[in-house]
Amino acid sequence: MGVIPRRRFAAVAVALAGVLVASSACGGSDDSQQADGPITLTVDVFGQFGYEKLYQEYMAANPNVKIVERGTGSNLDEYSPKLTQWLAAGKGAGDVVAIEEGVLVEYKANPQNFVNLLDHGAADLKGNFLEWKWNQALTADGKQLIGLGTDVGGMAMCYRTDLFAKAGLPTDREAVSKLWPTWAEYIATGEKFKAANTGASFLDAATNTFNTIVLQTAGSGPGYHYYDTQNNLVVDSNPAVKEAYDITMDIVDSGLSGKFGAWSEEWVSAFKQAKFATIACPAWMTGVIEGNAGPDAKGKWDIARVPGNGGNWGGSFLAVPKQSKHQEEAVKLAKFLTSPQGHIGAFQAKGPLPSSPQALADPAITSSKNAYFSDAPVGQIFAEGAKTLKPVYMGPKNQAVRTEVENAVRTVELGQRNAEQGWQDAVANAKKAAAK
Amino acid sequence: MTVHLDARPPTVEARAQARAPRVRFSRFDMKYSPYLYVAPFFVLFGIFGLYPLVYTFWVSLHDWDLLAVDHEFVGLANYTALMGDTDFWHSVVNTLGIFVLSTVPQMLLALWLANLLNRQLRARTTFRMAVLIPNITSTAAVAIVFSALFGQQFGMFNWMLDLVGLDPIGWKTNRYASWAAIATMVDWRWTGYNALIFLAAMQAIPRDLYESAAIDGARSARQFWSITVPLLKPTIIFAVIISTIGGLQLFTEPRMFHAGTNPIRGGPLRESQTMTMYMFENAFAPHFNFGYGSAVAWLLFALIAIVALINVLLIRKLGGSVTGED
Repeated sequence: MGVIPRRRFAAVAVALAGVLVASSACGGSDDSQQADGPITLTVDVFGQFGYEKLYQEYMAANPNVKIVERGTGSNLDEYSPKLTQWLAAGKGAGDVVAIEEGVLVEYKANPQNFVNLLDHGAADLKGNFLEWKWNQALTADGKQLIGLGTDVGGMAMCYRTDLFAKAGLPTDREAVSKLWPTWAEYIATGEKFKAANTGASFLDAATNTFNTIVLQTAGSGPGYHYYDTQNNLVVDSNPAVKEAYDITMDIVDSGLSGKFGAWSEEWVSAFKQAKFATIACPAWMTGVIEGNAGPDAKGKWDIARVPGNGGNWGGSFLAVPKQSKHQEEAVKLAKFLTSPQGHIGAFQAKGPLPSSPQALADPAITSSKNAYFSDAPVGQIFAEGAKTLKPVYMGPKNQAVRTEVENAVRTVELGQRNAEQGWQDAVANAKKAAAK
Repeated sequence: MTVHLDARPPTVEARAQARAPRVRFSRFDMKYSPYLYVAPFFVLFGIFGLYPLVYTFWVSLHDWDLLAVDHEFVGLANYTALMGDTDFWHSVVNTLGIFVLSTVPQMLLALWLANLLNRQLRARTTFRMAVLIPNITSTAAVAIVFSALFGQQFGMFNWMLDLVGLDPIGWKTNRYASWAAIATMVDWRWTGYNALIFLAAMQAIPRDLYESAAIDGARSARQFWSITVPLLKPTIIFAVIISTIGGLQLFTEPRMFHAGTNPIRGGPLRESQTMTMYMFENAFAPHFNFGYGSAVAWLLFALIAIVALINVLLIRKLGGSVTGED
């Protein structure tokens, strides 16, 4: 009689082992979607894209589609490695994914991960985008388009009127713009501000300012910064980079920076406590400022012209990964979100500046004011520059190289290195990063 | 239905019957089911332990761009590059530095705590549970709070230094200060856990040893060092090895400690970038060089093995011959 229970045990053991193997081997196959039932499209973003209303509109027009957005408000530094992992794993990415221009080059080097939008009739939409924005997402051979443009950065200088008043500086945005046609005059203004001892610094951190300046010098100069258009690393030989570095060092030497490491908690606290008076702000930064400084600071911020030339910092694209199970539907959604109406809707919601000339010319943009920034005519301020701005070419390891140069700036700002050592670090580390 | 209850070898008759399926199964059962019983562990270990280990090594022999389709075989090139990579060695020193700064005080503190908890106390269980509370809080939450406490400009520690008229410390930009800050986080989290392990072991020490020591005139400090610590040695070795593995793989605390842009560097000059962070920086953003990252992972594995070995040897030396007895 004893045989039977033992056999049962054995059977249970075998079954258990089998279950364990099965459950661990296949992580869960997705068969939730049928061919003609309602489908769910996932959109992966970072920061604020301002698409919520557009989703509602799209879902109302397409009742078989449900849209879910992930990553809203997340940091690009967290988002881009995640996206890369999903692409590498062939699983996990959304049906529509946002790609920032600085990392776009790396994804463009491996275009097989993305649906070629030219195969889906995207060529007809070329006129909906600023020409350089369109070309940015085109592979080197021009045969594949991996993304449709969302926003461009543009440039301006945001400032706190209350701190300016306290320091005896003008607060009107026209008058403030006249204070600093050049960066040298920006520094001079900063020194006046510093002398007034308001308890706040003149600017947040040197890195944001450096990024702005290098994109200006590169845009008005050779049209590239860290890499030339042949993809050679030119950090040490491109005068535009050195010029931007030297201007930033002047700012650092004048002691104007609050040294609040950009994007850190301290940076956010400094916004809340009004610890700095100015920050270089591309259009997308206005949403960040509002989020960080909070409702209490409403009406205390304003937007003036950026010192130096105009330029562009940042901007993104929407792409459809090959792994998407609903490529056709996803492309349709991406086209909708990047249509001129989509650009306008996003701008009205969260302020990213359209990359569509039609949207930029639309009264909805040109006449728009931002209540948080003392009713500054943001549409006018940013749109004007966007149409004429000169894009900056970005090479294959742009992100890694930029990280090294930014960190070198930061070490000088924090007093860990002097300007000369910082520059040597920037060049050496950039070379090392580019070789990896 | 014949069941053999005796232990004698089967008779000829039984052997004839062995051809019957049930009996054949029974033999199979006797012979192989023990393996099946232990199989789940080995199957799981194979899938989640061994396979990734071997695959990581395979990846480390390639120039493996995370997104690319073709991965060129480069042999040991990643390893030779790593040997000359100053940033890598910098991260090794950081890891070891933080490890020593955190583990040594942690073990001593845990021993002391366990010794206190081992006495006759009021609300003993409450105290014993209380020391474990830091361990059940989320690491990320701990790291975020400590990161704020150690903030350069708005942090509480610098504020307190300011109150007593001292200069603020660059907790995030001074290499050694950042090590100390991170070690504090680790200790806060793990001291109680180790104290409980030590406590469990202490309770297994026969009380009459202490009684006779007391009769011989040994004070409590003497009792602690001459009885408790030597008898705890196997447990201490266990705790040290577990701490070694955890300490050398330190990631969340230093990663969360440095917020802002590219926190994975652990500070502008990589002040407290640990090996796992360096691995992550290379395998994922911004380099996406999976092969190089895998090579870092293997060297980390080797380093843990070496350090664990040194630990065992050291602790054996320290306490005489007690481990020889078990």
